[in-house]
Amino acid sequence: MERQVILNSEHFELTIKRLCYQLIENHNDFSNTVLIGLQPRGINVLTRIKEHLESILGKEVLCGDLDITFFRDDFRRREIPLIPSATNIDFVIENKNVVIIDDVLYTGRTIRSGLDALLAFGRPDQVELLVMIDRRFQRDLPIQADYIGKMVDTLISERVSVEWKEIEGEDKVVLFTPETNG
Amino acid sequence: MDKLSVEHLTGIEHLTKNDIDLIFKTADAFKEVINRPIKKVPSLRDITIANLFFENSTRTRLSFELAEKRMSADVVNFSAASSSVKKGETLIDTVNNILSMKVDMVVMRHPNPGAAKFLSERIDAKVINAGDGTHEHPTQALLDAYSIREQLGEVKGKKVVIVGDILHSRVALSNIYCLQKLGAEVMVCGPTTLIPKYISGLGIKVEHNLKKALEWCDVANMLRIQLERQDMKYFPSLREYSMQYGLTKKILDTLSKKIIVMHPGPINRGVEITSDVADSDQAIILQQVENGVAIRMAVIYLLASQIKRQ
Repeated sequence: MERQVILNSEHFELTIKRLCYQLIENHNDFSNTVLIGLQPRGINVLTRIKEHLESILGKEVLCGDLDITFFRDDFRRREIPLIPSATNIDFVIENKNVVIIDDVLYTGRTIRSGLDALLAFGRPDQVELLVMIDRRFQRDLPIQADYIGKMVDTLISERVSVEWKEIEGEDKVVLFTPETNG
Repeated sequence: MDKLSVEHLTGIEHLTKNDIDLIFKTADAFKEVINRPIKKVPSLRDITIANLFFENSTRTRLSFELAEKRMSADVVNFSAASSSVKKGETLIDTVNNILSMKVDMVVMRHPNPGAAKFLSERIDAKVINAGDGTHEHPTQALLDAYSIREQLGEVKGKKVVIVGDILHSRVALSNIYCLQKLGAEVMVCGPTTLIPKYISGLGIKVEHNLKKALEWCDVANMLRIQLERQDMKYFPSLREYSMQYGLTKKILDTLSKKIIVMHPGPINRGVEITSDVADSDQAIILQQVENGVAIRMAVIYLLASQIKRQ
């Protein structure tokens, strides 16, 4: 696979900050808003957004982790069963504004599962979607993000990976393209 | 590998430690699900499960049914008391008739040891053993070990004594296999007549003095006397058994450390355990019941993930 960095660490930082200010524009002081990261990789975006938001606002922002495994539509279509991660939502989402956070928006199926999983915790007032990367033109379902870090045009054979300095050693977004023969 | 090594759950004997760890990890997630405001997930919405109970059961049957319904499976129930088994139908014929109705999984309790394995070799559906005679009761052992892990952090290195009618107990055998695979030390305690002769071959300790056994252990799993399976008198009277092997608050208070008391149910208060022990904070009997649903959800989920749809 050929690697191409499409967002370096400098722009990565700027993108996260921009997303935070966009959130503040719509949610003011976050008194009625909660952020929910989708397991597993959405949690990394959530952690970084929470860190920046709290330093800008000077107050704690309510955050939770949501696992969507049991709500997926590809159960029994894989060789290996889908093994769940932890869900940590220790607050009520009833009548709250919820921002679902994930790293890459691709087919929209994960977000569909996320919406179903979220509604098991109550009836939120409004739900929005924030993603670090939007692979547009690749949707299977009519789902769009409200806050987007970067839009990329990709082929189905390509892969986009959001990498983190805590895990992979550097903040960046990489596009993997299969090598062609000639 | 995040995949079970078996295609059916007929007993703990055939599971690996990795299988048990995988079931526990999956059960952790289901335990969170069953404590949500909406306790239902859609994972098994196109799976049909038949619960075949050829023997009486309250707890296990309810627990399985709840686990199946919490995952949105379609459930059909069958009990021998109200079926054609009474009219002379064989096990295979009964099950094949049910399977013709397109059932994907069978949860079966049967009085004959090996019935679940027999069935799993002859039908084209997943089989879960919910107790086969005096042989195994795998989901009970899994939920017992899971409850110990929840209380003590891990099972490895812990000392567990199983007290009571070991001879007629499927819970005892499954527990021994499960606890040993997870690295616990196991002891059985009871009158000589209720301890099977071959038991030392399983690599466990045997003790006939309850006080000594309790001093040794971190966890005591108290079993019921299975009068319905006893074809002869194994001890003079229930009163005498209770005096020798009944767990009382008085004995618990004389121990040098605080142990955990478990019971798979149904409890015979005043026989193997007194009310003040069963209702004390050392007993985790009701936590075991709650964990039972999560464990059964995990087992059904992992086996159902092997069923492929075209």
